[in-house]
Amino acid sequence: MKYQTQKIALAYFSVALALFLIQILGGVLAGVIYVLPNFLSEVLPFNIVRMLHTNSLVVWLLLGFFGAAYFLIPEESEQEIYSTKLAYLQLIILVVGTLGVVLTYVFNLFEGNWLLGKEGREFLEQPKWVKMGIVVAALIFLFNVTMTVLKGRKTAISTILLVGLWALALLFLFAFYNPSNLALDKQYWWYVIHLWVEGVWELIMASILAYLMLKLTGVDREVVEKWLYVIVATALFSGILGTGHHYYWIGTPGYWQWIGSIFSTLEIVPFFAMMSFAFVMVWKGHRDHPNKAALLWSLGCATLAFFGAGVWGFLHTLHGVNYYSHGTQITAAHGHLAFYGAYVCLNLAIFSYAMPILRNRDPYNQVLNMASFWLMSGGMVFMTFTLTFAGTIQTHMQRVIGDYYMDVQDQIAVFYWMRLGSGVVVFLGLLLFLYAIFVPRKEVISTDATVAAE
Amino acid sequence: MSETSVLDELPGDLMIWVLIVSELLVFGAGLAAFLSVRASDPVGFGAAQDALYRTGAGINTVVLVSSGALAAWALRLRDGAQRGAARLALVVAALLGVVFLAIKGFEYAGKAADGIGWDTHPFFTFYYLLTGFHAAHVVAGVIVLLLVAWKDAPRNIEAGAAFWHMVDLVWVILFPVLYLLR
Repeated sequence: MKYQTQKIALAYFSVALALFLIQILGGVLAGVIYVLPNFLSEVLPFNIVRMLHTNSLVVWLLLGFFGAAYFLIPEESEQEIYSTKLAYLQLIILVVGTLGVVLTYVFNLFEGNWLLGKEGREFLEQPKWVKMGIVVAALIFLFNVTMTVLKGRKTAISTILLVGLWALALLFLFAFYNPSNLALDKQYWWYVIHLWVEGVWELIMASILAYLMLKLTGVDREVVEKWLYVIVATALFSGILGTGHHYYWIGTPGYWQWIGSIFSTLEIVPFFAMMSFAFVMVWKGHRDHPNKAALLWSLGCATLAFFGAGVWGFLHTLHGVNYYSHGTQITAAHGHLAFYGAYVCLNLAIFSYAMPILRNRDPYNQVLNMASFWLMSGGMVFMTFTLTFAGTIQTHMQRVIGDYYMDVQDQIAVFYWMRLGSGVVVFLGLLLFLYAIFVPRKEVISTDATVAAE
Repeated sequence: MSETSVLDELPGDLMIWVLIVSELLVFGAGLAAFLSVRASDPVGFGAAQDALYRTGAGINTVVLVSSGALAAWALRLRDGAQRGAARLALVVAALLGVVFLAIKGFEYAGKAADGIGWDTHPFFTFYYLLTGFHAAHVVAGVIVLLLVAWKDAPRNIEAGAAFWHMVDLVWVILFPVLYLLR
């Protein structure tokens, strides 16, 4: 660790992993409810479990991004973080907000209250006071990292990371605008949801991936930056108007069907570029970095993001296809692998890279960490396939033949059992990952054990 | 890792080529979609097409291609160290872009007066999407041409001219497919 303030990342990563554990527990629970619908139905209804599953995902990914920024910005800008206190204050606000959401939802506190009650808008369910807290935390964060970057060296990686994080915070402001017209509500809602995951998060992803490639492969910064610019350009070119693929059936004019179909098809390009980038860098690289686990997660991230976000996204993005497949298990299949590949693996890659450095030791437990990669990824890919098959059958029975929704659900129950099984495997993979990260042992996979992790 | 790649041989900046290829993919996909929907209703599309103002679009083709030639000529002038003449050529190229937009504006106004909108017929959905998108690029191109006339490093002019040729090229393909193809 070159800079003392990088240590901030340790707190962020730890909280993120705790929330990741909650997310996966929620996922397994939701998987159980799918096959045993009355399970816990009075105590913890499905809609609450689902909210916990998706929101804890978003929050832990964000905490991971923030932590990654606190970790890599000092190195990139050759400068200590402007204020350690502000960074921890930001974390406290976010944790209090998250607990607030959980308590508000589980016990349904302050129902109907404008400021304190739940809002019930998918993914933006947070009570308004939590939303405000998120904005305050984001402002603190942006002030803190921007001051750091302004004082120090400016690199393409830190600049693009900052642009991504600024845009992320600005777009969140649309969460406060909730028109009573349902079509308009959805239109602005996607400004947050879509423009995050298929817009600015890709900038964050590309810059963190670029940083990892720079460190792990030792390829010249100049080469990495050229790739980074191309990836970012294609991501924004396709992603912004790609929002149109959510505007097919919400009451917006019909030309969105063509704008959405064409631009969102091109969204596959930046993901393909990121995958090519990662592999080309590894082939060209001359550094034999001892942290093989971080490299595996990085390559896995780029590959599974290409399949989950790119291929599975394209699968149902054309409006002629989406007319039939909309809102079926096809969507769930895509959502799971896209989030896992693009953002979960990305976070676990930077955690795997940074944690040994933050804890000032060599990257131990590489084999366990890599085993956890294969367990988690194998589980997610299996889940993606079962949900894709379920969705294909569901699309045909429900949308083509016209069978009733619940009759179709009965027919595809076997896939839900398999999905539960794969979810349990993901959970075990996560436990293994936590063990490998937090419990130190002595063993390093490296041809040259004298090379220390940077 | 300083080996030269084929990308280094591109005239102008790599990023402008990333943009140009992306644009061509979008317009190409748009035209492909148009042609496949047209195949399902050739008679309806033919009838709708007759409502278009072909002469105006023909004049616009001449205007835009001339403008493109001027932009290319500007780069040559700049390389020959005739900065003033290069700037003049760029400004005139931009003005021709404005002329294109004016004629386009008359065309749209005429359609509106005839009560034709984007949802009158699928033909017009594509007509407005493709020509509207293209017109937006002409607006951007005019701004780019004026920018590179101001900051007139040869590299900048090269990038500006490359973008402007893409706008040209797209129109030269849109025009026959939308206005003329029977």
